[in-house]
Amino acid sequence: MARNVPVLEIDAILDDSRTRIVVCCGSGGVGKTTTAAALGLRAAERGRAAVVLTVDPARRLAQSMGLTELDNTPRLVDGTTGEGTLHAMMLDMKRTFDEIIEAHADPERARQILTNPFYQSLSSSFSGTQEYMAMEKLGQLRRSGEWDLIIVDTPPSRSALDFLDAPERLGRFLDGRLIRVLMGPAKAGGRSAFKLLNAGFGIVAGMLTKVLGAQVLKDLQTFVSALDAVFGGFRQRADQTYRLLQAPGTAFVVVAAPERDAMREASYFVERLAEERMPLAGLVVNRVHLSPADALSAARSTAAAEDLEARGEHELTAAVLRLHAGRMQLSARERREREHFASAHPTVPLTLVPAMPVDVHDLEGLREIGGLLAAP
Amino acid sequence: MSARDSDWDGVRLHVVTGKGGTGKTTVAASLALALAAGGRKVLLVEVEGRQGIAQIFDLPPLPYEERKIAVAPGGGDVYALAIDPEEAMLEYLEMFYGMRRAGRMLTKMGVLDFVTTIAPGFRDVLVTGKTSEAVRRRGKNGKRLYDAVVLDAPPTGRIARFLNVTSEVAGLARVGPIKNHADLVRGVMASPETAVHFVTLLEEMPVQETLDGITELRAAGLPPGGIFINMVRPALLPETCLRAARQGRFDVGELALGLKAAGLADGPADATAVAEALGAEVAEHARRTELEARERGTLEKAGRHRYELQLLADGVDLAGLYELAETMNNQGAA
Repeated sequence: MARNVPVLEIDAILDDSRTRIVVCCGSGGVGKTTTAAALGLRAAERGRAAVVLTVDPARRLAQSMGLTELDNTPRLVDGTTGEGTLHAMMLDMKRTFDEIIEAHADPERARQILTNPFYQSLSSSFSGTQEYMAMEKLGQLRRSGEWDLIIVDTPPSRSALDFLDAPERLGRFLDGRLIRVLMGPAKAGGRSAFKLLNAGFGIVAGMLTKVLGAQVLKDLQTFVSALDAVFGGFRQRADQTYRLLQAPGTAFVVVAAPERDAMREASYFVERLAEERMPLAGLVVNRVHLSPADALSAARSTAAAEDLEARGEHELTAAVLRLHAGRMQLSARERREREHFASAHPTVPLTLVPAMPVDVHDLEGLREIGGLLAAP
Repeated sequence: MSARDSDWDGVRLHVVTGKGGTGKTTVAASLALALAAGGRKVLLVEVEGRQGIAQIFDLPPLPYEERKIAVAPGGGDVYALAIDPEEAMLEYLEMFYGMRRAGRMLTKMGVLDFVTTIAPGFRDVLVTGKTSEAVRRRGKNGKRLYDAVVLDAPPTGRIARFLNVTSEVAGLARVGPIKNHADLVRGVMASPETAVHFVTLLEEMPVQETLDGITELRAAGLPPGGIFINMVRPALLPETCLRAARQGRFDVGELALGLKAAGLADGPADATAVAEALGAEVAEHARRTELEARERGTLEKAGRHRYELQLLADGVDLAGLYELAETMNNQGAA
């Protein structure tokens, strides 16, 4: 019944010195960050100089790697074994953004941008910026050359795709005719377009003033023109990072839980990565329920429990059989979800991680997950 | 409105949040059914463009339009609306400024996309604004059109920012029309007619996020509602047996005898092997229930109404939503 699903060979990926970047992606709540951390630890203990870039780790997971503050600097994780090293860091998106501005604008313009209310909203808001900054930080870590393997945990996006789109999106705005309109006639190109745009600007500005208020519009214009001046550098960096992600040294690992929503997101993600020609390594299915007694089916188990209950014998056995039937039912449902995925994406390698009764609290826990990820 | 015994009488807007993977949309949908039960009219709103409602009710994607999607037990209608910020903006411009065509022009030029991208506070205010408009809307008879509105909101990590629109927008617009609009919306969100419910599992991380979320809401002056504990497994084994399993004293021999009596084993060796495998399952279950009990205790300390929703063994389907709705009605959540 089981299809011949290719196996995701985690160790082969981690051990290959050509693998320089592993990106963990997937919808929220599927154990993405834990997977990223476990991969990092395993890589380090197999000899790599690895760094894990986490975006918004749960407190205890961060603590398990000795991370206590969001300081945007990779810290050495103590307690790893073997030749390799593990560094870990938490992304500070605002600081990362500030640094880009400072690097690409003269001090006066940088000040203008950094104090603009729109910039402050953009750089500290959750959606979009986090994705963009995670990618920017990834580029920085890669260029620093200090690590031979970077493992990045993507933000828990509303849509799992945001992190691919974020740089593109900001670029599109700043390149488009919108910016010419917002910045007024001064930026209008050819003579023939001049009049039209000028008139267009008048109408648009009038509407925006009415809806947003004059001050907001002024702030917006200041922000856009200041940002426009630094955007050349911006776009170049975003393009570089995008190409870095497409390069053969990158491995995308899609993380999912064996539930319908998460698997649907995973499917979508796999398709999207293919469209963007991003190198997909495979799918990790976390929190899978397996049973040590899987030869005993849910149906037989339930029937036997009913029989015992009817006879009023072996109450405990009946209860255990009910428990087992529930487990087998859950396990069958999860298998169906995986099979759906596999029939839609028969070539995508897959690995399963059994559900753990306890959350990860320490390196030992991460090590265990790493072992399960690599187990055939 | 019928005087029913529910913990949230007087609440018109039920905001449902939860950590990713906890079943937020499932709970929001079931709550809408539960609130509509017995002949009321309820609007279920989604805001993240995921079309989660359509998927869960097995419908084609929902447009930006309120339409009836389900009939509740004992009569009562559930309507659904997928709010698209862009459409909400056009509607807002038309409603307040009579500028529908101009709005289209702004959209075409990408102004709207731009503004909502660089300033998500604006996006949120459009979405919450549309929701509060639906809450306040009155029919021809002067009564509220909807008895209740259920909002499938962003996840716990973002909820306070999402609802606290005034402070989000204040940084951008200290005065002016947007600010006024935000103040109006904030008034609805912070009123006693609103309750923000949390969906959690009996696991460490979602429980912690729930408690953090409640604290954050309180700090922002927003009204926390109840806690929906989702995917609760039935307690099948007696506590004495679980305790024994935790201490490694689970009686495998007794189980083997039972298995033989039930005709599940071909001889003593087989019975013992199956019993041991099942024993391992029991041990894991016992460890899990212990952790669940601890998380349950942690949630109790939050001092909010709690509801336990059973795990749907066959996954979430339409029948499952009705089962959960019934549980909610029975426990007084609606």
